[in-house]
Amino acid sequence: MPTYRAPMSRAHLQELVRACLADPSLTYRQRVQQLAGIAENALEPPAVGEKCLLLQDKGVVHDMGEGNAPYRPRYVLPDYAKVIRHGSARLELPAPQDFDDALTVLLATYGSVPSITGYPVYLGDLDTLLEPFAAGLPDAELDARLRRFWRLTDRLLPDAFVHANLGPADSRIGRAVLRVDRELRQVVPNLTLRVDPALTPDELLREAVLTACRDGKPHFVNHPMMVRDLGLDYGIVSCYNSLPRGGGAHTLCRLNLRESVVQHVAEHPGGGLQAYLDVTLPEHVAATAELMASRIRFLVEESGFYRHDWLVAEGLIDPDRFTAMFGLYGVAEGAHLLLEQSGSQARYGHDAEADELVHRLVARIAELVAAQPMPYCTVSGGRALLHAQSGIDSDIGITAGARVPVGTEPQLYQHIRAVAPHHACFPAGISDVFKFEPTIADNPDSVVAVIRGAFAEGMRDYTFDVDGNGFVRITGYLVRVSEVEQVNLGNCVRHSSTVLGAGAMTNQHLADRVRKTT
Amino acid sequence: MTAPDRPATGTRTDGNTGTVGGPGEDKNTGADGLGGVSGLVAGVVPFSAVDGPGNRYVVFLQGCGFDCLVCHNPVTIPLRPKGLRPQTADGLLAGIADAAPFLTGVTVTGGEPTCQPDFTYALFARLAADPRTARLHRLLDSNGDAPAEVWDRLVPVIDGAMIDLKALDDEAHLVLTGTSNVRVLAAIRNLAGRGLLAEVRLLLVPGLNDADDVLTRTASWLLAVDPAVRVRVNPFRQDGTRACARGLHVPDPSERDRYRRVLTAAGITDLILTGDPSRN
Repeated sequence: MPTYRAPMSRAHLQELVRACLADPSLTYRQRVQQLAGIAENALEPPAVGEKCLLLQDKGVVHDMGEGNAPYRPRYVLPDYAKVIRHGSARLELPAPQDFDDALTVLLATYGSVPSITGYPVYLGDLDTLLEPFAAGLPDAELDARLRRFWRLTDRLLPDAFVHANLGPADSRIGRAVLRVDRELRQVVPNLTLRVDPALTPDELLREAVLTACRDGKPHFVNHPMMVRDLGLDYGIVSCYNSLPRGGGAHTLCRLNLRESVVQHVAEHPGGGLQAYLDVTLPEHVAATAELMASRIRFLVEESGFYRHDWLVAEGLIDPDRFTAMFGLYGVAEGAHLLLEQSGSQARYGHDAEADELVHRLVARIAELVAAQPMPYCTVSGGRALLHAQSGIDSDIGITAGARVPVGTEPQLYQHIRAVAPHHACFPAGISDVFKFEPTIADNPDSVVAVIRGAFAEGMRDYTFDVDGNGFVRITGYLVRVSEVEQVNLGNCVRHSSTVLGAGAMTNQHLADRVRKTT
Repeated sequence: MTAPDRPATGTRTDGNTGTVGGPGEDKNTGADGLGGVSGLVAGVVPFSAVDGPGNRYVVFLQGCGFDCLVCHNPVTIPLRPKGLRPQTADGLLAGIADAAPFLTGVTVTGGEPTCQPDFTYALFARLAADPRTARLHRLLDSNGDAPAEVWDRLVPVIDGAMIDLKALDDEAHLVLTGTSNVRVLAAIRNLAGRGLLAEVRLLLVPGLNDADDVLTRTASWLLAVDPAVRVRVNPFRQDGTRACARGLHVPDPSERDRYRRVLTAAGITDLILTGDPSRN
């Protein structure tokens, strides 16, 4: 009998509740959030078959700890243009008439947007939403208003998965946001700049790079590639998740490629790569998909979220614009194990043989996911979207998504070329973190050139980290080093995401990322 | 001034007359033969944020006619070091073309690139002609000590040159480099007149070339040559230097502030102080 879904005893439930409500390392809100999770997990998870349960027990398939009874989608991307244009009956707010009204309407809306984290993971395309209200406001007044807005966002939504989007076109708002962000140096909100070679000028990219040197944000995405896969209405949320705007993702479950290969080797002694691609991988993809489908059915059919939520009623989200994210991680270790089986010591990021195997594995998984029907995913043709899942705090000895393992990252161009070929396979997002020396801030145009080159080479997402600026990019979200130190001392901190970040820094040795040096 | 640990090398005149090829240069410069011209390359850096605008591919040529007291890369001074095999311009071009999608430009430095004028010319000409690299910005990083014929030759294939001015006063220049600055000053005038003076670097060493009046006179001379001149101050550092530099002082923050203050007061508006955190 698999242990994964052993029912929770009353005594165990009480023990969890008691420990949580007196945990000195949690703020009041963090306790409330955690108590909700404990209550949810007192229920049985949605039913799946024995094989799927077994693979969850073995660590091959993982539900991301989303909770046993999904009662809200994992990621929600409201179309905030609706409230900006019409106001909201539910919130009793008229359509905004000026810049301050617009900020008020947005903040009020954020307060009622659910997601897996308990906070909104998407704040909208702020430049597009706010630019029409900026006319007539001098830069200094614009900055003062955005500064207040930024502070309120961080204090009211203290979670680094909260994410705003900019670009691809230049705008006064885009530039002001970047100015204010590097002045305030907050982890909230996370930021993405969409980059289109035809629309995004060097000046805007340079501002963004300067801001990233100061506080690790924004993250950069290849806009034409996203539009090709998701259409014009998309957003980047949480940790590099690209999803339809006005919709989102019901769920994200993930396949651990390292454990998948370990299982393959145990069950098919002598079974080589071909057997893995033809037999084991299809089984494991199907099991992951089964878990996702069962969770989606519960969310849609039993929780009734899409029938009850005000965002649906007012047209900010449309159930038909939700999809599901099929996550992949540990690709590097899976490939290395397969190579070792065939007597090769080739390493991803350093040897063509390993790079090619990684690309082949990803292409095969993409093919299998594209052939796997997924309920209530109309927007993506009844299929899930592949995502390189960038890890969670408890992952040990396993590399995020399809990244090159931390500490073994190769020279800059080699690194880009090792990962770029499979970026096309991940419409729901992928990430590789490039760590630079602090002196790069003296010459932001150097990074502008690298980002443009990386997108020309086929990268979908580009993000960089600068040593010594007081911030660390964990998976896709940021933590402040000073707050991590507080967590490690057992103290409670304002940002719920920092608690996760502290675990990830230790378990994934993130300080060991190799710097790109000349 | 002696440099006891400095390996014996040729003098300036046998490396940089501008009339014959530099060390290792192959005179295969027929109509389409530029790619086959070879030279001595000390090394390359495919990703540099500190050798000109944007992201640069940097080629370090071997050999320099100066013998700078403060040289931070003395292994590149000898004109013909043992064991270094010549490379062709097209051999280098292949590596640059591979990195081209990520690059803003190419910087050829050294050593001293004008010590190998044929090779430097061939490399820049091939970069300009090859469709994979033609868009890249081409920058020469030089000590300026080359005859007018060399500059005439290089001017059509470069987008700019960054010139080191070790000292405005010839006596101080002799102490610092072992060579007169007459050709350096002429090169700065020449390049500025053609709109190709990208930057003048002042490597400032406390007590040797950093007095207020020296800085003021240097600024005035530069402004007379090019009113919009960009000046980069590189405060002396010990990294990579030889034993002969050990007794020299590294400018402290107050001296760095003084450099900025004096040069600005003298009228330099485009001033960069390397390693200044206030720019970040």
